[in-house]
Amino acid sequence: MQKNEVPQDEALFNGMREVCYAVDDSGRYVLAESAGWEPANIANIQAWEVIRSEVTAVLCKVRAGELSPLAYQMARHQMNAKLLSGYAGLFCWQVRRHLKPGPFRKLKAAQLTRYATIFKISAEELCRIPESSEIGDIQR
Amino acid sequence: MNPVFPHRQTAHCETGVIANLLTYHGLPLSEAMAFGIGGGLFFGYLPFIRINGLPLTTFRTAPGSIFNRVTKRLGIGVARSTFRDSDRAMAALDRYLAQGVPVGMQAGVYWLPYFPPALRFHFNAHNLVVYGKRGDDYLISDPVLGEPVVCAAADLARARFAQGALAPKGKMYCITSVPKQLDLAPAIRQGIREVCRYMLSVPFPLIGTRGIRYLANQVERWPAKLGDQRAILYLGNQIRMQEEIGTGGAGFRFIFAAFLQEAADILGDGQFLELSQRMTAIGDLWRDFAVAGARHCKGRAGQGEDFADLSHILRRCAAQEDALLRELSSLVRKP
Repeated sequence: MQKNEVPQDEALFNGMREVCYAVDDSGRYVLAESAGWEPANIANIQAWEVIRSEVTAVLCKVRAGELSPLAYQMARHQMNAKLLSGYAGLFCWQVRRHLKPGPFRKLKAAQLTRYATIFKISAEELCRIPESSEIGDIQR
Repeated sequence: MNPVFPHRQTAHCETGVIANLLTYHGLPLSEAMAFGIGGGLFFGYLPFIRINGLPLTTFRTAPGSIFNRVTKRLGIGVARSTFRDSDRAMAALDRYLAQGVPVGMQAGVYWLPYFPPALRFHFNAHNLVVYGKRGDDYLISDPVLGEPVVCAAADLARARFAQGALAPKGKMYCITSVPKQLDLAPAIRQGIREVCRYMLSVPFPLIGTRGIRYLANQVERWPAKLGDQRAILYLGNQIRMQEEIGTGGAGFRFIFAAFLQEAADILGDGQFLELSQRMTAIGDLWRDFAVAGARHCKGRAGQGEDFADLSHILRRCAAQEDALLRELSSLVRKP
């Protein structure tokens, strides 16, 4: 890649610049700043769309009473039961059980707080079923 | 008292941490040199490891291995530690910082608040340097960022104990002793020999240039095997693995080319320069693959751009890398 070909396709970096290696006019390698690259942006946006549609699908199930609100928070944070069980210090089967509305309702306050802390929210927020799915506000 | 650290922005986190830490300890080393000596160039298509249900492709050796090899080959003393408990891990970090020692560590990207939101996935093999503490905040030199940043203790503790694949477990490392002078030439040869070995002669079809060919065969079959929609997902994931996660396939080829250029000067052998140029061309070819693939993802594929053509590009990458590394291998074997 020549230095003057280094892509500057701003999309995802929030003004951040990454550096990459490129060849200058004399054929030597130099570091050049890049604002992003279209193909990488496309692939990344695609990945976010997948996450977004998954979160929406989970929220529908939560609202329909098929899953507990914990499932919604889990999906928002791109987690699965295995990953969440690691953070919660529980067995995977326990987390899977808590994804069902019935067992979730019977959870003790201490356990709810434990889950809520992982997601950096309060226990009340964890139990609330939101109107629409939001993943933009995770980035606090 | 404000601690200073020679922060340089680099293309890749692990090699950047090595280069910056060594520079701090009075041994200026470039990122490309660290990458080459550590034998970082690699290819592996590992469909049995799934990330969000999609197969893993890697263009570099296992996280941490570049650091281990560079320090071993250059005779640098390192103290490493991992922890089970986050309070202890943070206390150990504070002890080093109180002595004025910058500490490198592994962390999960997802919990680092200073990262651009769009890049925050559950990726645990990120590396950064903590070089000071101000009140409850840590001063961090993250080599993929332009400037040093400040991070709250609670967030850093979370990132150090991220869960999932490649969990860092609070892993941290710092340099304890350095040689008076760096003897680069033998280390360069060792690094190149290792890259050649991994890329050319691992008896396993998913690794090295054989792995690239294997991936090419798979890409060709994706639409029939997975259906169009899944095939596009797989392709997008492949491009992300190549271009986003850890600088990517083409990026690593360019870093290696830069390394060969430096090696030519140190070893006094012009042949490395020519190989460096060819490596640059291979990197460009990988980028062509990403461009064509991304057009597919967008549904803008033109004529002569189906999955078979994509796999054709991959086969050319494989063939060219194979030829180049074979030459390189014979070059470093010379006494």
